[in-house]
Amino acid sequence: MAEAEESPGEHETATPRPLFAGLSDISISQDIPVEGEITIPMKARARELDNSTLNESVRHTIMRDLKAVGKKFMHVLYPRKSNALLRDWDLWGPLILCVTLALMLQKGSVDGEKDGGPQFAEVFVVVWFGAVTITLNSKLLGGNISFFQSLCVLGYCVLPLTVAMLICRLVLLAGQGPINFMIRLFVVVVMFAWSVIASTAFLADSQPPNRKALAVYPVFLFYFVISWMILTFTP
Amino acid sequence: MATTATPASGVRNGAGPEWGGFEENIQGGGSAVIDMENMDDTSGSSFEDMGELHQRLREEEVDADAAAAEEEDGEFLGMKGFKGQLSRQVADQMWQAGKRQASRAFSLYANIDILRPYFDVEPAQVRSRLLESMIPIKMVSFPQKVAGELYGPLMLVFTLVAILLHGMKTSDTIIREGTLMGTAIGTCFGYWLGVSSFIYFLAYLCNAQITMLQMLALLGYGLFGHCIVLFITYNIHLHSLFYLFWLLVGGLSTLRMVAVLVSRTVGPTQRLLLCGTLAALHMLFLLYLHFAYHKVVEGILDTLEGPNIPPMQRVPRDIPAVLPAVRLPVTVVNATAKAIAVALQSH
Repeated sequence: MAEAEESPGEHETATPRPLFAGLSDISISQDIPVEGEITIPMKARARELDNSTLNESVRHTIMRDLKAVGKKFMHVLYPRKSNALLRDWDLWGPLILCVTLALMLQKGSVDGEKDGGPQFAEVFVVVWFGAVTITLNSKLLGGNISFFQSLCVLGYCVLPLTVAMLICRLVLLAGQGPINFMIRLFVVVVMFAWSVIASTAFLADSQPPNRKALAVYPVFLFYFVISWMILTFTP
Repeated sequence: MATTATPASGVRNGAGPEWGGFEENIQGGGSAVIDMENMDDTSGSSFEDMGELHQRLREEEVDADAAAAEEEDGEFLGMKGFKGQLSRQVADQMWQAGKRQASRAFSLYANIDILRPYFDVEPAQVRSRLLESMIPIKMVSFPQKVAGELYGPLMLVFTLVAILLHGMKTSDTIIREGTLMGTAIGTCFGYWLGVSSFIYFLAYLCNAQITMLQMLALLGYGLFGHCIVLFITYNIHLHSLFYLFWLLVGGLSTLRMVAVLVSRTVGPTQRLLLCGTLAALHMLFLLYLHFAYHKVVEGILDTLEGPNIPPMQRVPRDIPAVLPAVRLPVTVVNATAKAIAVALQSH
């Protein structure tokens, strides 16, 4: 309520019309004097925001966000025990990765029938609901990580698998065959291991020490399902 | 002023026990804002209180306007400004109250702490429970202990989903009107939740001492056997191997569940009903999971009709005598067989 006590003074100086000065003398209903904690917190905060980011150019804003996303990508590709992903979490990166993956995994419906290949909505739902389930699980196991931090980490760690998808599509351009399959299998397995290790590096610290395995197993399953979707993709 | 005085004092005196805090605050002096904090303490669901409060605020505002209208000498702008201020104040209060309502409702319903005790396990406990789910204990005179946790069963259901996806893909299953992912998740979760509820209902009828949580945990751990069998047989396609595993591993996990239920039920008829149903459903589910997503469909057609009809029939042929026999595998296996049978029937 400290804010409340300060703001009446602020409010009255902001509208310095002498006509209002006599307001406190008017008692409309005798019990409620019309002075005191009239707080309009929105206005004060909006004025602050006005000065910081609303006046900058759109390009500047986008570049700042993209740089943050790119920095986190680097953290995922070279996983060290840092909490950069946890401290300033954002969901732009996971969204970009998920949309890219879902677009690449979409089969063009040539026959006009759904032949069981993952469609855009399926991949999207699997990624986001899988991440939500893992987050809930790790919270229920006693982890002290927040909901969105966990979503952020799991989403960013899909990056190696997206790279695997790109490589698989390129490899598939050369035609299909057993050698082709072996290459793709190798790439996907390596990227899957990378994803699991990267997400463990970030998430494991938030769990009680004796339950790390319980929290890591669903992460393993989650990336396994995504890897399966990537490996079995045929254009 | 008498007319305005009475409602105002009515506001003050009409503040009964539930508005006790309100009253004190007014007399405390410094606050124009009607303090809603105390309201939360005294009333449970504040929807009716909110309506009441809003009503009182409106009354007060009407009083305020009425009183301000009387002070018409000189301070014209002052009055208008005051009305604007009061409406802003009211709007702000309404927003605050609404926000508080929403956050309270959210913390009540989205509180996952209700489930927290069911996830309180150690890895060693999960491992030992997984192994115990394959070992039937023959102690029927005393209720056997069932661990009431949800982590193990949930992870086993997800593992079964993953194994099923792998099996569907290696058998080139074609699902029309659906997706592989959706089918796998629907099948596994549907079995776990649906059969648990059904057996719990039967247990209620047969007067068995088992709770819903225990039933969920029991059936969940019983899926461990299914996971093992399917993981092996989706990769090694031998029918005899599958039947052996079905009887051995599936049988062991079913026996374990049956033993637990028998120890918790009194009376031979009830025991028979409950355990028979569970055993039948559990074993048939494993059978279904194997055969529904199995690629050796041609072998089944051959064994049923004899070798005179090749599985992929493209040449138009008059085969009326075979049609009834062709219908039989359609009911047994999946869409792949349907496609073949349709192709046969259309020629």
